[in-house]
Amino acid sequence: MFDNFVVPDLLPAAPELFLAAMACVLLLVDLLVKDQRRTVTFALTQLTLVGCFIIQFATSNGQIAYTFSNMFVDDLMADLLKLFLYMTVIMVLFYSRGYIIEREAMNKGEYYILALFATLGMMVMISANHFLTVYLGLELLSLSLYAMVAMNRDSVVSTEAAMKYFVLGALASGLLLYGMSMIYGATGTLEITGVAERIAMGGVNKTVLVFGLVFLVAGLAFKLGVVPFHMWIPDVYHGAPTAVTLFIGSAPKLAAFAITMRMLVNGLLALAVDWQAMLIILAVLSMAIGNLAAIAQTNLKRMLAYSAISHMGFMLLGIVSGVVGGRVDPNLVLNAYSSSMFYVVAYVLMSAGSFGMILLLARAGFESDNLEDFKGLNKRSPWFAGMMLMLMFSMAGIPFFVGFFAKFAVLQAVVISGYVWLAVVAVAFSLVGAFYYLRVVKLMYFDQPTDASPISAPMDTRILVSANALVVALLGLFPGDLVHLCTLALAQSL
Amino acid sequence: MEMQKLYLLVPLAPLFGAMIAGLFCRVIPRWVAHTATIAGVAVAFIASVIIFKDVLAGHTYNGPVYTWLTSGDYTFEVGFLIDTLTTTMMLVVTFVSLMVHIYTIGYMHDDPGYNRFFSYISLFTFSMLMLVMSNNFMQLFFGWEAVGLVSYLLIGFWYTRPTAIFANMKAFLVNRVGDFGFILGIGLVLTYTGSLDYATVFKKAPDLASISINIWGTAEWSLMTVTCICLFIGAMGKSAQVPLHVWLPDSMEGPTPISALIHAATMVTAGIFMVSRMSPLFELSTTALSVVLVIGAITALFMGFLGIIQNDIKRVVAYSTLSQLGYMTVALGASAYSVAIFHLMTHAFFKALLFLGAGSVIIGMHHDQDIRNMGGLRKYMPITWITSLVGSLALIGTPFLSGFYSKDSIIEAVQLSHIPGAGFAYFAVLAGVFVTAFYSFRMYFLVFHGEERFGKDHDEHHDHHGDHDDEEVSVDHHHGLAPGQKPHETPWVVWLPLVLLAIPSVAIGYIAIEPMLYGDYFKGAIHIDHHAHGSMEHLAEHFHGAAAMGVHALTTLPFFLAFAGVALSWFFYMKRPDIPAAIQKKVMPIYTLLENKYYFDKFNEAVFAGGARLLGKGLWKGGDVAVIDGVIVNGSAKLVGMISSITRLFQTGYVYHYAFTMIIGLFVLMTLWINRA
Repeated sequence: MFDNFVVPDLLPAAPELFLAAMACVLLLVDLLVKDQRRTVTFALTQLTLVGCFIIQFATSNGQIAYTFSNMFVDDLMADLLKLFLYMTVIMVLFYSRGYIIEREAMNKGEYYILALFATLGMMVMISANHFLTVYLGLELLSLSLYAMVAMNRDSVVSTEAAMKYFVLGALASGLLLYGMSMIYGATGTLEITGVAERIAMGGVNKTVLVFGLVFLVAGLAFKLGVVPFHMWIPDVYHGAPTAVTLFIGSAPKLAAFAITMRMLVNGLLALAVDWQAMLIILAVLSMAIGNLAAIAQTNLKRMLAYSAISHMGFMLLGIVSGVVGGRVDPNLVLNAYSSSMFYVVAYVLMSAGSFGMILLLARAGFESDNLEDFKGLNKRSPWFAGMMLMLMFSMAGIPFFVGFFAKFAVLQAVVISGYVWLAVVAVAFSLVGAFYYLRVVKLMYFDQPTDASPISAPMDTRILVSANALVVALLGLFPGDLVHLCTLALAQSL
Repeated sequence: MEMQKLYLLVPLAPLFGAMIAGLFCRVIPRWVAHTATIAGVAVAFIASVIIFKDVLAGHTYNGPVYTWLTSGDYTFEVGFLIDTLTTTMMLVVTFVSLMVHIYTIGYMHDDPGYNRFFSYISLFTFSMLMLVMSNNFMQLFFGWEAVGLVSYLLIGFWYTRPTAIFANMKAFLVNRVGDFGFILGIGLVLTYTGSLDYATVFKKAPDLASISINIWGTAEWSLMTVTCICLFIGAMGKSAQVPLHVWLPDSMEGPTPISALIHAATMVTAGIFMVSRMSPLFELSTTALSVVLVIGAITALFMGFLGIIQNDIKRVVAYSTLSQLGYMTVALGASAYSVAIFHLMTHAFFKALLFLGAGSVIIGMHHDQDIRNMGGLRKYMPITWITSLVGSLALIGTPFLSGFYSKDSIIEAVQLSHIPGAGFAYFAVLAGVFVTAFYSFRMYFLVFHGEERFGKDHDEHHDHHGDHDDEEVSVDHHHGLAPGQKPHETPWVVWLPLVLLAIPSVAIGYIAIEPMLYGDYFKGAIHIDHHAHGSMEHLAEHFHGAAAMGVHALTTLPFFLAFAGVALSWFFYMKRPDIPAAIQKKVMPIYTLLENKYYFDKFNEAVFAGGARLLGKGLWKGGDVAVIDGVIVNGSAKLVGMISSITRLFQTGYVYHYAFTMIIGLFVLMTLWINRA
């Protein structure tokens, strides 16, 4: 029975295996930890992520490696996105720690362990070369996130948010699975590169394929959080404890971008004309609804949720401008997709920084997540008001912060592909969006503080938030290297 | 290569100092601010000296450092062009800046804005270095605007004084006019050459000499003439040439160290530097050179006249700066670019010296700036006295001192020039010598010699600065000496820069004239069309060494004119003080004309400011309030607000609504695509 079992090449998946093993070890270790602050669990979690980073870095040899019967791929895009992922999660956990310690219901080792499992899920998504691997990673991520949202189980808002997220997430997973089954029906394979080969060979039923594609796009749209599959975002961002919102709002965007690239570009590039048109609709709607609805918000987390919707819409613009007139021009494709990748990385940085700011101002019994709470921040702490100003300017796309260059790169790709009207729409909605970012700045600098208490956040959070904001400013001045990295990473897998 | 890092270090060291002093100005103690900034500038100075030696050994450099943006076919870069012209400017800027930094420790000692001040002057040094080291028009423009900004901030440094705010606004607005011309010129360069890089532009320029363009109507204009005049308008604003000079006298509202650094030695000479840098362009248009020549000549002579009637010690020096900038511009017009840079350098030293000397006097006089209240300070402030005398002698062109070599070279170059306007310019610069000598020594005699007029009740004299109420800014700045109080010599941090600046003021001309004007020093950096504009070539024929030039000068007209100026001022202000008053009464109309500075300010205020206000009011009432605010801004904001509150309604909070929305979305997508496929 086991005669033709070949031990798969484990090296490409070394970081995943290490993380999985460590997560299991941590489950046991956490049982023995008596410390209320869970310092050991926290430190081991961070060390695990650092370990992953090192292993990823050491095993990356610049080649494409397939393993587990081609279900898993390790290429430069995967390496780069995973490295960003580790850094993001490490940063996020540092931000969250103070917040978690101060809240009885959340102060458990599970938070860190769930974060690790979620990270594992994202890693699997990033490296997926098979529709089932995508699904596997996605479910691991989602299930961990549902639990994390509900961690503060005495909070009605949190449990409600978790419930909604779970129900809608299940629906979206269903859509995704259904789409996958349709594609399997049309092509007879679930391997992503295999799907592309079958379509290229011809004789595939186009109707079935497009039918599957629609469901696939719907599932992806839910994960990215674009209109009209966005309804969960404001409620979950708002309802989840801020530390969890920070987690949901940053790292998973990288993974969502990766599965979009894997499924739509690597697998279904032949249908680019169709999915591009779908994504254009979703993108325009997202930018419109996201930016307009954000204006009416009084809660900063909710505002940033709508802002996330609009940003993901903007990011999609890069993905839709790869293929022009059904012809695949390698340069154009590379330029377009790398602009989106740059956008995602930039967005994750800005988003982490902004939620980090909320965490920084929060303290026991006080969430500091209303716009009101940022009033007169300049009087309380000019330094952090300056940091928040940089983050908000970057989000609004004001030169010379990284957000500007991200928007600039995407718009350039859009214009080169001939969608000038789309660029105009995007800029118009960005202008609308600038309003609510600048309102935060106005509140910080021109209004009187309602709460004059000094900032009590621990030093590591302070340093990290500052570093985060400064990187946003610095990458705006020197975007060249990051752009180059993104181009390099994508050039290989296209 | 190692040198490239050194190039980068020169501007970045002062920037670093400025950031430390500026960003942390509220938390760091004073000694940190001045140590950090002085260290930054000192590093820049030492690096400049090393680079200077390297350039003398023949290692010039032209290359990019950082590509900022590529837009279509245009590349915007930060890059350095290091040649003799650049290094000369770098040395002058860093040396004077270093002196001023040290001096500031003493001058701003009691000022609450101490750290802020140091941050600004270091930021200025950074900007000025970026300007002179640039190898392209974009960076030049950046430096140009940055020095303008710092100048604006520093003129209004004592921001609670209404006059300071008025003066910095004025400087800003007048410079806008110049910058408008400047950016038009840069635009023309970019349009016709497709590049902002100096080397590329200069290479393509000769091919453009024959192009004519239509500006309006059917009149044809030579492209090069239009471009050069546009660029020169920029220089007129920054280097304060008539009629854009009006901001410079008012800029004296700023603290004295910056008057020395920015409004005498460096920033105002940016225009001179720029035209010299653009010599390959200007050489292509004799018309533009004529304009430059005439404007310079008018400035040189007529601004000198104004110096005669000023009673504020800083304003006398300010008008003298205007007049000397006119001399430099005249040299540019006569195609004697190297002479202009030479005068720029000598002027930087002796004018900084004079300004800092004036500042030292002001400290000694407890911030009374009226020369009618001074007199006999020689006894109390010996070092200030000697160094100011050296500066004044250098300024009026005493043979063997630095100012003599540069100024006489200008006069001779103009004499040998044959372009239209040269005759008038020659007369103007010659007459200017007499005027310069007269007002310089009027000030010198009134301040350092004669009767001691300080320490008296002199409220009636407070016409210029006496009414400035800066108590809120600096509590220690009380005006004038109390009755019976004597002035005193200033501390070493103040007089040391005076001494260090006096050395080059004396010697630099003698040393530098031969290599700079007649050697190969500026070869490759400055381009002259000797066939069309031969004055430099003829000048070289007359030159037989620095010593011979000095001896020969004793028999020439400029020397006698200078001597006559000094003698007359001695007679008027030392022997017969009743004569000037009598003359003033006799020629009241001329005096009134000078008193009102030829009515430039009144004219600007009535026509430009008034006109702009009228236009602005019209646009505000009609365009802004009604159309833009009423319809576009508030209208669109209302619309957005409305839509936004509607979209909010969709977020009901019910999970079945959410799921329903998703299904609808899916359904719509499916209908659209399945029908297609």
